[in-house]
Amino acid sequence: MKIRGHSVKYGDNISTDLVIAGKYTKTLNIADLAEHAMEDLDPHFAERIKDGGFVVAGSYFGCGSSREQAPVALKAAGTLCIVAKTFSRIFYRNAINIGLPLIECDTNLIEDGDELEYEIGSERLINRTRNIEIPVAPLPSIMVEILKEGGVVPYIQKNGGF
Amino acid sequence: MAIKAFENMGGRSVFDPSKIVFIMDHAVPAPYEKIANLQAMMRSFAEEQGIRFIDGGEGVCHQIVVEQDFVKAGDLVLGTDSHTCTYGALGAFATGVGSTDMAAAMFTGKSWFKVPETIRVTLKGKLSNKCSAKDVILKTIGVIGADGANYRSMEFYGEWLEESSLAERLTLANMVVEMGAKCGYMCRSSLGVAADGDACYVMDVEIDLDVLTPQVARPHAVDDVCSAAELKSVVVHQGFLGSCTNGRLEDLRIAARILEGKKIAKGTRLIVTPASKAIFLAAMNEGILQTLVAAGAVVFPPGCGVCVGTHGGVPADGENVISTSNRNFKGRMGNNKASIYLASPATVALSVLEGRIADPAKLEGAL
Repeated sequence: MKIRGHSVKYGDNISTDLVIAGKYTKTLNIADLAEHAMEDLDPHFAERIKDGGFVVAGSYFGCGSSREQAPVALKAAGTLCIVAKTFSRIFYRNAINIGLPLIECDTNLIEDGDELEYEIGSERLINRTRNIEIPVAPLPSIMVEILKEGGVVPYIQKNGGF
Repeated sequence: MAIKAFENMGGRSVFDPSKIVFIMDHAVPAPYEKIANLQAMMRSFAEEQGIRFIDGGEGVCHQIVVEQDFVKAGDLVLGTDSHTCTYGALGAFATGVGSTDMAAAMFTGKSWFKVPETIRVTLKGKLSNKCSAKDVILKTIGVIGADGANYRSMEFYGEWLEESSLAERLTLANMVVEMGAKCGYMCRSSLGVAADGDACYVMDVEIDLDVLTPQVARPHAVDDVCSAAELKSVVVHQGFLGSCTNGRLEDLRIAARILEGKKIAKGTRLIVTPASKAIFLAAMNEGILQTLVAAGAVVFPPGCGVCVGTHGGVPADGENVISTSNRNFKGRMGNNKASIYLASPATVALSVLEGRIADPAKLEGAL
């Protein structure tokens, strides 16, 4: 499963409060979440990501609240994959669980707008714009399986459990 | 979201309703129809499944779980709230998860974990009578950093911990997630669980309580911590006393002692949310709420709304809030143009009294 798209780059310590404010989380309509994704950080996010792309950040992406609406909002807005130096633990699990791929690597090698390419489970992220391959932290096999199924819900539908 | 994911997984009945409890606390009583309908859905799911349901207004889940003895030492607890780590004060492995993890756990009775490495924190010496557990944990967060314990477990030790109250240990354990920790045990000798004798630690941190002063976390990072004395010029527009960190009777009592017979500063507001109905009632019986309301406070029913920006107490653009809660991220309380300072109940009470951030070190006697 190959993902291609441009990078939309932010800084360090992006909290889940910034990804989607608490006041917008009380809904089951994912279009509502998508509309407000990242709005406190970047009012133009929806426009920049809507055709599909990689959200790229520094360290500790997704810190704070365990709200799953955060990765759901990013995915619904068009995010194909999130790339960061490190992720907060709960956000990391939540993203995998909803089938949104994550990559941990040196994001100093990616600029805003770069064209990126990644094969789920691969140990390299390709930056087409700069013509470099960036080594990425390998994913445990259970996560690769969950991602290939599109998240925990389809994974359990198929396997009946873990 | 967890119910929807549960149904989408093919879930018909939960694996064991006696091991599940639903507690409604994040926006109660419902502020508008969308939330009211989500809450109604939770009520009817709980009823169908035979799950114990605790309705809005009873309290913040982390206080209810403690008051009603739902958790004991050695338990493994998952909660769809990041502050589930609070039960580390009771000796449980307790951690926050998202809705889909919770759905899978309710369906299968299982979840998967990676065993974390552990950071050992030793609280050395004695705490000044002007400081509280909140100052201890803010200082610890300042030292370790907001991601310093990411993916890791924490263990707290020290003489002071041996003598501390349950309320104090709950405040400490509550905020380990602000360092990224998966869980945090308050390891006093009577905890009921203990580390192996040959346990090894990835990091050892010592916090010297003898020299600790009242602490404040500055906007917009929980680990941007300094002494309250350094922030004396900061004007305070709103104070918040409550949350799963500091909404307990002991916390309200401290604030009431500081505000007794006085009025909060002109141009300053104070919101008080007792963490549970039991605390609400006890605070009424002790006259604490009368004191706080007479001093100028507005009392909200037990719940999370003010802290998390889902219901009530939203600050205006450019305003400064001083809060006893646990997060000061931009937008946390519902407005990304406001600034949030985190502090102890004493610092919050004294600051709303003076209209500027104030240092309880100058108070006479113990808090």
